[in-house]
Amino acid sequence: MSTPALRLAHDPALGPAGITPGRITGRGAGGPAPKRIVVGYGFWIFLLSDVIMFSAFFAAYAVLFKSTAGGPSAHELFDLRNTAAETALLLASTFTCGMASLAVGHRSQKWTQVALLVTGLLGFAFIVLEIREFSSFVARGAGPSRSAFLSSFFTLVGCHGIHVSVALLWLGTMMAQFYAKGFRQDIRYRFLCFSLFWHALDIVWVAIFNLVYLVGSLPPELLP
Amino acid sequence: MTEHSDYEAGSYVGADREPGRPEERTLAQEVRGYVLGLGLAALLTIASFWADQTREIYASGIAMALLVLAVAQIGIHLIFFLHITTDPDNENNILALAFGVLIVCLIVFGSLWVMLHLNHNLMPMHSLAQAP
Repeated sequence: MSTPALRLAHDPALGPAGITPGRITGRGAGGPAPKRIVVGYGFWIFLLSDVIMFSAFFAAYAVLFKSTAGGPSAHELFDLRNTAAETALLLASTFTCGMASLAVGHRSQKWTQVALLVTGLLGFAFIVLEIREFSSFVARGAGPSRSAFLSSFFTLVGCHGIHVSVALLWLGTMMAQFYAKGFRQDIRYRFLCFSLFWHALDIVWVAIFNLVYLVGSLPPELLP
Repeated sequence: MTEHSDYEAGSYVGADREPGRPEERTLAQEVRGYVLGLGLAALLTIASFWADQTREIYASGIAMALLVLAVAQIGIHLIFFLHITTDPDNENNILALAFGVLIVCLIVFGSLWVMLHLNHNLMPMHSLAQAP
């Protein structure tokens, strides 16, 4: 007799008017989604567009990988100990950023500041290592203008580094806002976006250290 | 709905819990989730570096193994840090993610495919130019 939707709407187990926010919002039924979901979704779309931009740089790097123009190849340049240190720093920072999320969720000013400070220091150490690596490449005559391979390498990895640097500024802003204004709701939405950004940067780095550094450091005879 | 707005906790793209029922997971459980994610990600990172250094793996397969390990670790990050789940609230996020993955694959593999064929087809000209 009645459609499943109508039966759902009259099901007393689902509460008043059958609306259980969070149960049906994803399908456009049951009223508007809570703002936290909408904010996260909007920022998620931005992150995906950012990832698509990175994928274009990845494609350029993969295509130009062997175009070394007689200059140094990836195998000769890359120092994997540096890459391992950078990877460890960024992975640890993504974990402490998660801890900061939990601290914000539990309204702990002290732990929020501590977790964000540790996150920021780890991110800063990552940037320092990256700048040292880049300047050592340039000092060895392997700057971005040396070959198409190096141009695409510096563009891809440098773009990630710029993202991390901007995220560090954002992180400092979040610490100041939490400190000065407390756990106001709009600030918590900003922090939600920041934490998504930081985690997404680590995802991009996972692709970079595997596909740029580890594959690149393989001896030429092992490359596909 | 206004009474739910007080429970906007940290880093959730979509909730893995319902709005208005924030206390389904205790702090210890949430920390455990992050620790588990960190452990799995660290394991996969170590596996990647091992696969790169070892000569135990069939040589031509190393690059492919690294690609697979990278995808696996990205999956771990999505689940444990970005909290992409199968929750109904997450449907839109997952659809957007699927579309993003499609575009990324088109750009990367499409570029490689087209450019390798171009290189291949232009080879005679290239070797001609190098001829004395």
